[in-house]
Amino acid sequence: MQSNNAKPNAEETRGCSPSLSKSALLTELCRILPTSSVLSAEEDLRPYECDALSAYRQIPLIVVLPDTIEQVQQVMALCYAHHVPVVARGAGTGLSGGALPIADGIVLSLAKFMSILQIDPMARTANVQPGVRNSAISAAVSEYQLYYAPDPSSQIACTIGGNVAENSGGVHCLKYGLTVHNILQVKMVNMQGELITLGSQALDTNGYDLLALITGSEGMLGVIVEVTVRLLPKPARAQVMLIAFDAVEKAGNAVNKIIAAGIIPAGLELMDKLAIRAAEDFVQVGYPLDAEAILLCELDGSHEEVSEHTVTVKQLMLECDAIEVRTARDEAERLAFWKGRKAAFPAVGRLAPDYYCMDGTIPRKHLAHVLKRINELSTEYDLPVANVFHAGDGNLHPLILYDANTPGELARTEAFGDKILELCVQVGGCITGEHGVGIEKINQMHHQFNSQELAQFHAIKYAFDPRNMLNPGKAVPTPKRCSEYKTLPNIKSEKRQMS
Amino acid sequence: MNQDISQELQQQVKEAITHQQQLNIVAGNSKQFLGRLPQGETLDIGKHTGIVNYEPVELVITVRAGTRIKELSDTLAEHGQMLAFEPPMYKGAATIGGTVAASSSGPGRPYLGSVRDYVLGVKMLNGQGEIVRFGGAVMKNVAGYDLSRLMVGAMGTLGILLEVSLKVLPIHSRVLTTTKYVPEAEALELMSRWAALSLPLTASFYSGNRLYFRLSGSGKAVDAAFEHIGGELLSEGCEHWASLREHTYRFFHAENSGDNPSRRLWRLSVPPTSVPIALKGKKIIEWGGAQHWLLSDEAPEIIFQACANIGGHASLFRGSATDRAAEVYQPLTPSLFALHQNIKRACDPHGIFNPGRLYAEL
Repeated sequence: MQSNNAKPNAEETRGCSPSLSKSALLTELCRILPTSSVLSAEEDLRPYECDALSAYRQIPLIVVLPDTIEQVQQVMALCYAHHVPVVARGAGTGLSGGALPIADGIVLSLAKFMSILQIDPMARTANVQPGVRNSAISAAVSEYQLYYAPDPSSQIACTIGGNVAENSGGVHCLKYGLTVHNILQVKMVNMQGELITLGSQALDTNGYDLLALITGSEGMLGVIVEVTVRLLPKPARAQVMLIAFDAVEKAGNAVNKIIAAGIIPAGLELMDKLAIRAAEDFVQVGYPLDAEAILLCELDGSHEEVSEHTVTVKQLMLECDAIEVRTARDEAERLAFWKGRKAAFPAVGRLAPDYYCMDGTIPRKHLAHVLKRINELSTEYDLPVANVFHAGDGNLHPLILYDANTPGELARTEAFGDKILELCVQVGGCITGEHGVGIEKINQMHHQFNSQELAQFHAIKYAFDPRNMLNPGKAVPTPKRCSEYKTLPNIKSEKRQMS
Repeated sequence: MNQDISQELQQQVKEAITHQQQLNIVAGNSKQFLGRLPQGETLDIGKHTGIVNYEPVELVITVRAGTRIKELSDTLAEHGQMLAFEPPMYKGAATIGGTVAASSSGPGRPYLGSVRDYVLGVKMLNGQGEIVRFGGAVMKNVAGYDLSRLMVGAMGTLGILLEVSLKVLPIHSRVLTTTKYVPEAEALELMSRWAALSLPLTASFYSGNRLYFRLSGSGKAVDAAFEHIGGELLSEGCEHWASLREHTYRFFHAENSGDNPSRRLWRLSVPPTSVPIALKGKKIIEWGGAQHWLLSDEAPEIIFQACANIGGHASLFRGSATDRAAEVYQPLTPSLFALHQNIKRACDPHGIFNPGRLYAEL
């Protein structure tokens, strides 16, 4: 996917350009870091030009790979002194271009911070460096029958530092919460190079809840250099049910029925026909091909609770006109049910040269209406769309299929995506549930926030980074960008109705 | 009660900005005793009340900030739901605005989460007198900085809450309380050990050699867990946990008993597995070992230092007017305090909201 829309212009948001030449900066950086940790040749910089949103690319000036907190502090202080913007980067799996480099700035990679520093099974915490992969935490604490709950789809590759920066979710957030609910403490280095601890090893902290503020701040407020996560006991049992429907609306209503019965499933996922077929073609897990939609409902807890709830859910689903209710007979079948869901994105990706993943969240009661409207828009824009999403918490992931090589198709795709996000806000939802704003959705921020609210965000940014040098141009549109965007045709910045 | 006075409140804030008038934000006035001494002219949001939106199946409720916790809980209970963070109701006077501002969470906090874990969004008056919204009424929302959770525990120093959207949960169908007599070290060890297993634990408490656990969930799960951890069934369990939630448990009255009026009541928030804290005074332990209540006449500096040494912090929960003229919350490091001042300026540039309630210079 290639796009020239909304490229960040560092000059637009900063007052000042770097006061050092590239060669002088290289010399200074090599005083702090071994030369092998400072990359400046184009072929070395190329892998850093984008994150998982490859539509936006930019070669940075320099990439640095420190491996101690002191080095991070020194690099930050140096960049601060010389007005060099900094973009922090974890594994580069972000879907919103949050780690897109800046032409005259450096990329600070946390890839070398890969150690699990301490596991405390009694306190149920793990103290880890930011470059530790999400799934590596659960693997490391598994021997204590503990795990780290947030499980973004990219969990085998994404890192905990990036998870904190994006407030990542996953399949299990309805019951176990997002990253913000599952961390206790973060150490960050600010733009000036100071090391600051937010949160604590206790359950709360004196002063403002800066831990919540830094979580999901998309690398705009500080560089995360250490994280203490909360660990949960592994549930004694997890059971997955696969429920098939002959209409998407029925599946949507069934979601509400389960929750209305007082059951909070560990995961509650919906896939529509296009997604079911794509997944089945790809991984052959036995999904029902005659269904218009399926729900995957995972129940976990003690043996007794799971048994009780399984019976209840099965009964409810039959009342909701399910055409089939399957309960995984064993762990192998449970994993097979999930395999299709986890493979859904790449599976859908095989149906077209390119796909564009949206991330709006809506109140669940509007599920049926929004899905219907997305289908109408699909016809209107002449682009197919597959739906695979976290139905339990209303977090949609429409996947728009397109071909970037067909002239005009990318622009049409982006316009379609914009309509979907506008629709999400109109029904009381938001433009991003877990992927972040980054550079991708910076214009759609106007659907959700007015200029006073955006100004409040800028004031917060200023409190941490007065020179606007940390990941400038991301997450919050500048007033200048606001006025430009609002003059574009077909853009309504209607405010959502929260109440 | 159902009344929207946000326009009047906005007008009052605008006037306060014009006249550089500091405001003491009050709703139910049930937490007047918390924090440093209030100063400024009273701004009453207690009449800004009512449930704005509640659809049980969404697991979300949006309420005006002056709504009483009691009314909110009763409404939720009619639909089989609850505020899982169990805020105190303080004889019916406590409001959701005050609860969020003071971050008041009850006995279930380590197992079910705190106020901030359930806040999804806020509508508020900022320091420019503008009505702004952050977060939303959906479970997942990562657009913009998380200013709604920043309001939790800020003691009203960053803005005036007008509406709060909260996640709610189904009420547990079965609740029981089990107790046993054990020494403190063993009690703390058991609290951690049971919490590391997949058990429906929802509260824990230790006082006078007696350890209490609450189990809540589906009927069969609770019964099975009781069989596993054993102990003696407490028939008045619900009353016991309610007395901790409401701070009516006998320990909380001890400072008023007259035998030692100079004693202060401290809340110590510490890592749950910390070594026993060597501070003079009487204490009870909640939250799986992570919250200690201490009645002590020890100097504040000594208490702050003892907590800092183990990675925790202390706050004065009840003290005299003289005590509350000094710092009641554990001091912050200089860099962290500078950041707090920057954030205060970002949200309340005229310095009118609850000045000095959290820290003297904030």
